[in-house]
Amino acid sequence: MPLVQIDHLTTKRPCVVGIDLGTTNSLVACMKGAAPQVIPGEDGRNLLPSVVSYAEDGRIRTGNAASELLRSEPRRTVYSVKRLMGRARADVADELALFPFHIAEDSDSIIELELGPRRFTPPQISAFVLNELKRNAERWLGEPVEQAVVTVPAYFNDAQRQATRDAGRIAGLDVLRLVNEPTAAALAYGLDKRRNGIVAVYDFGGGTFDISILKLQDGIFEVLATHGDTHLGGDDIDNLLLRIALEDIAQEWGEDLAGSAEAVQLLRQRVVAAKEELSRVPAVSLHFEWRSRKYEREIRRPLFERLITDIVERTLDSCRQCIRDAGAIVEQIDEVVLVGGSTRIPLVREAVERLFRARPHTELNPDEVVALGAAVQAAILSGDVEDQLLLDVTPLSLGIETMGGVVSRLIRRNSTIPASATETFTTAVDGQTNVLIHVLQGERELATDCRSLARFDLKGIDPQPAGMARVQVRFLIDANGILSVTARDLHTGREQAVEVKPSYGLQEAQVEAMIRDSIDFADEDLRARLVREARLEADTVLAATGKARSHEAYGKLAGHERQAIDLAASELLMAYHSDDHRLIKAHIGKLNQATLHLAGSMMATTLESALKGAKIE
Amino acid sequence: MFCPHCNALLCPPGGYFEIFGMEPRLEIAREDLERRFYQLSRQLHPDRFARRPAVERQYSLDAAAILNDAYRVLRDPARRAEYLLNEVPAAAGDRPPVPAELLEEIFEMNMAIESLRGGDQGARPQLAAAQERFLSMRREAGQALEELFDEFDRTHDDAVCSRIRLLLGRRRFIENLIRDVEKELAR
Repeated sequence: MPLVQIDHLTTKRPCVVGIDLGTTNSLVACMKGAAPQVIPGEDGRNLLPSVVSYAEDGRIRTGNAASELLRSEPRRTVYSVKRLMGRARADVADELALFPFHIAEDSDSIIELELGPRRFTPPQISAFVLNELKRNAERWLGEPVEQAVVTVPAYFNDAQRQATRDAGRIAGLDVLRLVNEPTAAALAYGLDKRRNGIVAVYDFGGGTFDISILKLQDGIFEVLATHGDTHLGGDDIDNLLLRIALEDIAQEWGEDLAGSAEAVQLLRQRVVAAKEELSRVPAVSLHFEWRSRKYEREIRRPLFERLITDIVERTLDSCRQCIRDAGAIVEQIDEVVLVGGSTRIPLVREAVERLFRARPHTELNPDEVVALGAAVQAAILSGDVEDQLLLDVTPLSLGIETMGGVVSRLIRRNSTIPASATETFTTAVDGQTNVLIHVLQGERELATDCRSLARFDLKGIDPQPAGMARVQVRFLIDANGILSVTARDLHTGREQAVEVKPSYGLQEAQVEAMIRDSIDFADEDLRARLVREARLEADTVLAATGKARSHEAYGKLAGHERQAIDLAASELLMAYHSDDHRLIKAHIGKLNQATLHLAGSMMATTLESALKGAKIE
Repeated sequence: MFCPHCNALLCPPGGYFEIFGMEPRLEIAREDLERRFYQLSRQLHPDRFARRPAVERQYSLDAAAILNDAYRVLRDPARRAEYLLNEVPAAAGDRPPVPAELLEEIFEMNMAIESLRGGDQGARPQLAAAQERFLSMRREAGQALEELFDEFDRTHDDAVCSRIRLLLGRRRFIENLIRDVEKELAR
């Protein structure tokens, strides 16, 4: 049967954008020609403050519009939500004291923020920011934007990564890849340099600190090691100064302002402004006025530097560990790149320069470099950039809990991802049909000291005497740094059902409910969204099928196999324009089924030729 | 590399060396291995399949994971030797016997750890120095190991093999010491 010429092949490929979802500010960028470019918002500004406000009128405001409400609506306005992503209440107890917004008392494993009468999880709040960036990109590009690369701190754990990906889905974005911030920065710098050598990226942002050491060779960016702290950033400096100012004021006025969210917000703004000013001038004066009382204090740089010495020293400890992990010595590091707003602080620059004995690169705006790199990675994924490839690592070791609560490591930190490990499990009791596996992330020996990722329940094991069953479990960390688990019963050869109970994440059903919720805010039709998503997937599958026809493996298919593919493809084309997403999805499934064998043989050919290629000098 | 029953990607029967199209030998040129690894990565990495259908994405993910696992083992001389000689690394908790020549060094290290735990920060530089010594011991063990590789590849001599196994054990032991010290210093 002659196939209808698919217009999907000839239409322009939709743009994949790169997004830096930051603690303080967020940005979106995309490739324009050979260079990445930041996309400005409606107000012409590149930086979108990562602030979301749910005001009395029931409308969601983001960015600068929300920042303006920080003072008048402090309990309904959220900032720095990135620090809460993938976290439990207990993890963030310390800093909660300084946040003006409320966290629901009963939300333990997944934090919920109470803004007026409504509750929002951190991924939902982040989704509002992502959605604003998506709209900015659409306005600027003049076309719908549905796919994105989103950056995360390199030291983010599995739960934090999952939460970020959930945020993307809630915002209506297909997150093609989560890419580590320092690595993205290296990509942005690598564009015009294209040198070989070893590069360190020191990324000190609003809420997180990362250090990554990469080897650059002929367009390959291989991360050798990464280290960091997901709770160390400019926010900590702000909080430190804020606490001191509050104490100072309490002493001077005899009044503790800590209980007044509005006063604290105003003082925070003053403190942040003073901190930023101190990077340019040797002394600033902190002014604060509250209910006609005035507070004024001069801060000189030496004092400021004394205050933040400990924080800076913590980042240097991470750097030293990272250099050791990379199997390198300082002298081997050719270049250092500075990323993140906190690297504007002169003391930070000096410390980095002293440690690495190299003058750091600051040519690119430290606020923008991560988004620019994300846009480069987006171009790599969409095939527009072919000569570069990023090989990243997992920041934390992955293990399982064994007898006595000891962790047995399966995948070590700094392993290149994707990475996998297989482990065989057996039963302890006669007739036992399920095995519970507790997966953890972290470097400590005891399970209680590591981060619990999830409990996997292997079900439906053939009942046998104790110790006879053999279930082979494969742990796979994908290129996003996210874990998946598959299991196989070695006796029956059957794929084993694995039920996942994430320790600190949203269940699939919860994410779906949040997607439905988000639609209310976006004045959007849920049906339209689902149909759009289904068509996007259909585009991918149809385009791939079209391309596969010219592959040698296609020629080797049996006649009936080719017919089945043709039939499934034309059925999908017919369903394509219907407004029933289920119908489209069903036909995508059928086409996938029909091309399963073809895809397998194509992959085998790719592997074969790759191997042959490797043999040839 | 495909399972005949379920079409899933498997590690090839010839193992990690076959993935790289290399002969199973202890001595391999690191640059050669790296070059092959980069070349295969360019072809198999999931980034190259981001816009392909789910089935192909899964294949690429599996293939890249196997490739990375193989590279991780082969690039490291000690792990490569363990792999090729079928040496099973000691499970977590099992400690290999203490090499006699390290006894004194370990005794001093434990003293320093005790004082540090007791709050004596003066023990810190002592421990840091021990860490440096262990790191250089590891380097030396690694070098001694690699010096035997060529001989083993040529002769497959049992005596050489047991010397390699001995060195592997010693190196693992030092590795554990380094980890212990690191943990204490990070406290």
